[in-house]
Amino acid sequence: MMQRILIAIVLSLSLMLAGNLSAAPAPKTGKPSSAAPAAAKETREEFSVPLPPFSEGMFPCSSCHASMEVNTKKRELKDAHTEIRLHHAETMRWCLDCHDVKNRDKLRLYNGELIDFTKSYFLCGECHGNIFRDWKAGIHGKRQGYFYGSGKRTYLLCVHCHDSHVPKFKPIKPEPPPIRPKETKHAK
Amino acid sequence: MPNKRYSRREFLRTLSAATVAGLSIPVLSSCSKEQREDFLQKHFLEFSDEEKRNLIARLEERYLQKHKKKFTVSTQEALPNTLWGYGLDLSRCIGCRRCVYACVEENNCSRENPQSQWIRVIQLKKGSLINLEESEHYYNPPLVPEKEFLYMPVQCQHCENPPCVKVCPVHATWKEPDGLVVVDYNWCIGCRYCIAACPYRGRLFNWADPNVPPDKWNTSVHYLGNRPRMRNVVDKCTFCIQRVRMGRYPACVEACPTGTRKFGNLLDPESEIRYIIDRKRTFRLKEDLNTEPKFYYFFEA
Amino acid sequence: MGKLVNTAKETWRFYRKTLALVFTGSKEYYLWCILLLCIMLIGFLSYLKQAQVGLITTNMRDQVAWGLYIANFTYLVGVAAAAVLLVIPAYIYHFGPIKEIVVLGELFAASSITMALLFVFADLGRLDRFWHMFPGIGSMNFPDSLLAWDVLFLNGYLVLNLIIPIYLLVKMYYGKEPNKKFIVPLILMSIPWAVGIHTVTAFLYNGLPARPFWNASILAPRFLASAFCSGPAIIIIIFQIIREYTFVKIEDRALFKVAELMAYAMFLNLFLLLAELFKELYSNTVHIASVRYLYEGLHGNYALVPWIWVGLILNLVAFAIFLFPGTRQRLSTLNLGCVSIIAGVWIEKGPGFVIPGFVPDVLGEIYEYIPNLRELLISFGIWATGFLMFTLLMKVAIPIASGEFSHSKYETEKPAPKTK
Repeated sequence: MMQRILIAIVLSLSLMLAGNLSAAPAPKTGKPSSAAPAAAKETREEFSVPLPPFSEGMFPCSSCHASMEVNTKKRELKDAHTEIRLHHAETMRWCLDCHDVKNRDKLRLYNGELIDFTKSYFLCGECHGNIFRDWKAGIHGKRQGYFYGSGKRTYLLCVHCHDSHVPKFKPIKPEPPPIRPKETKHAK
Repeated sequence: MPNKRYSRREFLRTLSAATVAGLSIPVLSSCSKEQREDFLQKHFLEFSDEEKRNLIARLEERYLQKHKKKFTVSTQEALPNTLWGYGLDLSRCIGCRRCVYACVEENNCSRENPQSQWIRVIQLKKGSLINLEESEHYYNPPLVPEKEFLYMPVQCQHCENPPCVKVCPVHATWKEPDGLVVVDYNWCIGCRYCIAACPYRGRLFNWADPNVPPDKWNTSVHYLGNRPRMRNVVDKCTFCIQRVRMGRYPACVEACPTGTRKFGNLLDPESEIRYIIDRKRTFRLKEDLNTEPKFYYFFEA
Repeated sequence: MGKLVNTAKETWRFYRKTLALVFTGSKEYYLWCILLLCIMLIGFLSYLKQAQVGLITTNMRDQVAWGLYIANFTYLVGVAAAAVLLVIPAYIYHFGPIKEIVVLGELFAASSITMALLFVFADLGRLDRFWHMFPGIGSMNFPDSLLAWDVLFLNGYLVLNLIIPIYLLVKMYYGKEPNKKFIVPLILMSIPWAVGIHTVTAFLYNGLPARPFWNASILAPRFLASAFCSGPAIIIIIFQIIREYTFVKIEDRALFKVAELMAYAMFLNLFLLLAELFKELYSNTVHIASVRYLYEGLHGNYALVPWIWVGLILNLVAFAIFLFPGTRQRLSTLNLGCVSIIAGVWIEKGPGFVIPGFVPDVLGEIYEYIPNLRELLISFGIWATGFLMFTLLMKVAIPIASGEFSHSKYETEKPAPKTK
């Protein structure tokens, strides 16, 4: 009897172990292990991008925030940053979900890791994984410059085109329509 | 016997002399000096390297005289192992026409009187996407995109099986080794058969002398691409041959504010266009016509 | 030496007499020629302006790249092909009354082809570069391009239609019998060649998948059928004029025989039209847009609608006239029928064929093309050129054919010239 129980325990343990080893890291507690499991290996590729388009005089944020009190209550800001209107999953997130509480010069990933503003694509890529994958391959976003010959592809940060607080593109004025054929004349 | 031959010959000779004389008058009166120089020019593909250099020198000299600007005319050949392909994300085009005007600037197209735009953006109703009969070309709302519509830019598709190349009676247009369909403006006779044959409005005719403001000339040109053209010949999008053969993106790709346009080498498995064809749902216009265009439209969202 | 002098004298005499024939005639003849010359001059001046500024002086644009010129070209190639309709009865059925007027019919075909070629020249953007088309010195895209085929076929047909009548006329001038071994193969060759020119012209439209209006297999048969109605109609009228003003005998029997053959062609033309309309309207795909533009208008554009309906009615009226021997064999109604079919087929095969191919264009845009004054003037100028060429050829050919103008050996003392 004892033998059978022992075998059952060993079997189930080995099954669980096998299951753990083969599954992709699924964060149950919000803290996935940083060690990549055997099947899916994510490399952190670096991309050379131009500097982020900070507003005038904003960066480094710590110049104000290092000496300020921290208030983690979700609220509408009244004293400063009033020109920023958050319209980006605002029912589920607010400022301090992306900006780190202690170090305002950094952004905060979901696993708590801090990244520079020059690598903000990692943060955007957490929710917008498909687009992040396309961006890394070079097919999302504006293409410029040289794609062949002198060097690698040039990349822009997400924020160079999308306002991170109100990312949806506003409609713009179109360029003029073509002149109708009836009205085409030659220069006199 | 000699009598018979003479009288018949006499008749035919008079007839042909009259025809030639009659036709030479309009021909000569429409000739300017530069046209007389061009008159005896050979087909571009028959030029030796030496002759090409002379031709370029002659053209650059002429452009300097005429437009008071130093042009650099390239005859850069196709890069090895390249076949250019284009991708267009229809879920992102907002119909702003920035590409149209960037192309006009880059390629020295006539601005107005007459206006010549190689790219045409058409507005289509949602729900009947490729029903071109219901397309609107002259939309001009205050803001784009409008909710009920989709926008589809169309230009020369650089087909693999180009119907225009097949019908040109003088081989003035041909497909280069890197897949670009080009026109030799000095060889085209202006019959417009290729315009009748193109299913995509890829080719346009210069109905009058092109009208480019003197300060807007783009002086880095390619012989088969954006060099200054003359009236009564056909021109078309060349995928910015002067740029892509140097590894730069075409002007329309760079101008697009929403990142709709993609470009790359179809023979390079790492290229952007191959990535798109591999992973996105691509289609090409009028595929049933078997023209094998290289312009891949796709949707994302 | 003596022979050379004689030859020179003879040639000079021929030349002198030809000029005399061309420059003498009745008042109506002078008026006719002067009128034609005026129209030609105005057309030519219009063309100079077009060559100087560019084709923007026409109303053609990228959306409708071919207009009145190519419409006329298409029609005239058909007319030229129809000369065959005279040749076939003469040489295959040895039908007497037609034989003597075959020469005139072939010269008519030559004038027609000349007009067609002139229309192409007027339409070309860079006429100075036409030598690019010549195989050898240029680079002709043969066999891929149907235009290259057309150039070869049309010019060959022109040469053929000049050689045959000129050879026959020269033989008549010398009072000799033509060498059948030389001329009959050429004449027999001109029959398939005539079918060929019009088939190639049809194919050049037919082979374009971009234009669903033209990309129908029925095109080549329709072209031939409509050519064989309208070309002989012009010939019937012209020969009545010739009969009126000269002493060439053309029996009514000949005209009625041609008319009878035309009746079959008309039936075929209408039947093929029916077949085409059925296919388009019953299948009711998006591609019937061009047919709808032509017959009922599209999105408020209906410039061609009255034209095509008038053309259709004219074709039906002509068919009715030609169907019944009573009306066919009476000159007054026959002429009415001829004028009817000429106008009807011109509408159907000219503007009613070329323009709807471009409307709507390949991206769905509609540009309503209506020829402007300059195009009309140039077109009239070219038609006038053809008529003048034919008139002058007739002025020389008819006296030769009737034996009046011949080699000095055969000239006897004749009373005052019989030409009116």
